[in-house]
Amino acid sequence: MKRRDLLKNLIVFLPVSRSFFSCAAQASGTAPIQGYDPDNHLYGMGIEVSKCIGCGKCIEACKTENNVPQEPFFCRTWVERYIVRNDKSVAVETVRTTQKETRAAPNEKDILRSFFVPKLCNQCEHPPCVQVCPVGATFQTRDGVVLVDSDRCIGCRYCIQACPFGARYLHPEKRTADKCTFCYHRVVKGLLPACVEVCPTQARIFGDLKSKASQLVRFQRMNNVHVLKPHLNTEPKVYYSDLDGVVT
Amino acid sequence: MNSELTHRLSELLEQVTGFIYPNEIEIHWSILIVVYPYVTGLVAGAFILASLVKVFNVVEVRPTYRLSLLTALAFLLIAPLPLVLHLGRPERAFEIFLSPNLSSAMAMFGFVYAWYLMGILLLEIWFEYRRDLIVWARQKRFPMSFLYRVLALFSTDISDKAVELDSRAAKIITMIGIPSAFLLHGYVGFIFGSVKANPWWSSVLMPIVFLMSAIVSGIALVTLLYMIITPLRGKPIDIRCLDKITSYLFYAVIVDFALEGLDFIHRLYESEESVKILSALIDQKLFISVLVMQVVLGMIVPLIMLVAVKAGRLNEDLRKLFYFTSCILIQIGIFSMRWNVVIGGQLFSKSFRGLMTYKMEVVGVEGLLMAAALLIAPFLVLAVLLKLLPAWKEAEEH
Repeated sequence: MKRRDLLKNLIVFLPVSRSFFSCAAQASGTAPIQGYDPDNHLYGMGIEVSKCIGCGKCIEACKTENNVPQEPFFCRTWVERYIVRNDKSVAVETVRTTQKETRAAPNEKDILRSFFVPKLCNQCEHPPCVQVCPVGATFQTRDGVVLVDSDRCIGCRYCIQACPFGARYLHPEKRTADKCTFCYHRVVKGLLPACVEVCPTQARIFGDLKSKASQLVRFQRMNNVHVLKPHLNTEPKVYYSDLDGVVT
Repeated sequence: MNSELTHRLSELLEQVTGFIYPNEIEIHWSILIVVYPYVTGLVAGAFILASLVKVFNVVEVRPTYRLSLLTALAFLLIAPLPLVLHLGRPERAFEIFLSPNLSSAMAMFGFVYAWYLMGILLLEIWFEYRRDLIVWARQKRFPMSFLYRVLALFSTDISDKAVELDSRAAKIITMIGIPSAFLLHGYVGFIFGSVKANPWWSSVLMPIVFLMSAIVSGIALVTLLYMIITPLRGKPIDIRCLDKITSYLFYAVIVDFALEGLDFIHRLYESEESVKILSALIDQKLFISVLVMQVVLGMIVPLIMLVAVKAGRLNEDLRKLFYFTSCILIQIGIFSMRWNVVIGGQLFSKSFRGLMTYKMEVVGVEGLLMAAALLIAPFLVLAVLLKLLPAWKEAEEH
């Protein structure tokens, strides 16, 4: 073989073999669930703010289901407690699950209103994290979920900087980015995400935006829904009912 | 889980003021990411200075031409190190070249870097040194003679025609090099400026501010190096050269100052929802590094000194002293600017309700010592390069 031919063949062979191996890896690692077609679904979540009691069961369930480190610095989902005082000042804190609450109970007379807001990855339609990932390790599935391929992530943390919602963290053991997946491994089997499953008040409603009969579409029909930081145009797919204006 | 990390984060948690999202406690881009734009800025700035000679025929600056090129190369060779060391999975760093995500500003790093290193800097240096390499290959003994032959890529033609061709090639490469240098550093600014989630970074001016500050820091560094190395060689400092360079430096600092001032006033005047937290950020976290180090020491004092030199008829020694001091202050100012952008942008919560703290490690991969080592390394590389490729022989002949 001439040297020129060898080089030519190499130029073709290297990318082709690479894509072949990546296809093979995909096939072996995440074999599609039988009968499941991602094109027929588009997942989202509704949150009925007035129903959340701040019990933190969703946080615990998420950590257990997804092997999220127990420390409070790593969360795929969390719950914020808002207290708006009579003087309009706002106090916010995160509901803790790992330690006994030590916070002083606020003086009831001083409170104008108070509520809990569960947070998680918003599975944006236009996710900035996917846009900035230099190696394509963060990607959007056809059924609308943003996932991280931890075998490909290089741990540069640009996605963590780009997420406006603080939904991502660097997994301390894997040293790669991590975030809520809507429990994708459960959802494709027809199960609910762990946080939705355990919520005692059904404050979280999971569903398929493509199915008119889904609970989520019904939730959107029956409520005034808002998304977080709409001005950033990321088009979140986590919808909040009657969201208070002070929530950021 | 790593108990040291838990301990560190628990400590930081106690220093949070206000409310932050739980995942925000860890400051992800450390001092190494401060070093990276500082170092690439020096590359771009040094190259722009070199281009003054080649493209704009500023003869006074000629003594610094080769020094500028070698400085740019030395810093460019070290530039990727802080990035790779900072990765969670450094062994996968090469993925940026193999499977780049084309919508990612960061993924372009590989291409911009490779283009600048291979396409511009090495080529220009080669054409600039080719004749000398051939001469040295003939003069020196083995193994140096062989090394120079290899570096000259075994070319042997030093006829006037060939040397003329070298010079023309270097000029053309510099012409392509100027926009490339702009691209290299403008792109670093874009990495920050395009993050819409972060109001401290998100600004259309960011690439251009990065670029101007790069030019400022690069010119100041080459001036410093020239002022240090020349007496060490036992040669007199060419004061005409210094006057000219610092005059360019003066204009660059003015433009940089104006741009940063514009950015600041624009933010203050628009007073978007983030203005409160950003004011708190400057007030509580960055007061010393923004106002004292970046603005006063890094810009206003050097500007006053450079104006004093221009306005007053100072004698040569005093001018040199003023130039030297202002160049050092400018380095401090530009490094502080990188710090304020990179670290400052991570010290406030995206909920706009609280501030975090950055506690720098001393040892550790992302610690102070590593950062210091990465800042010293380019000077060692430069020392080797200067030994191998003397920068002044030709200049003296002219």
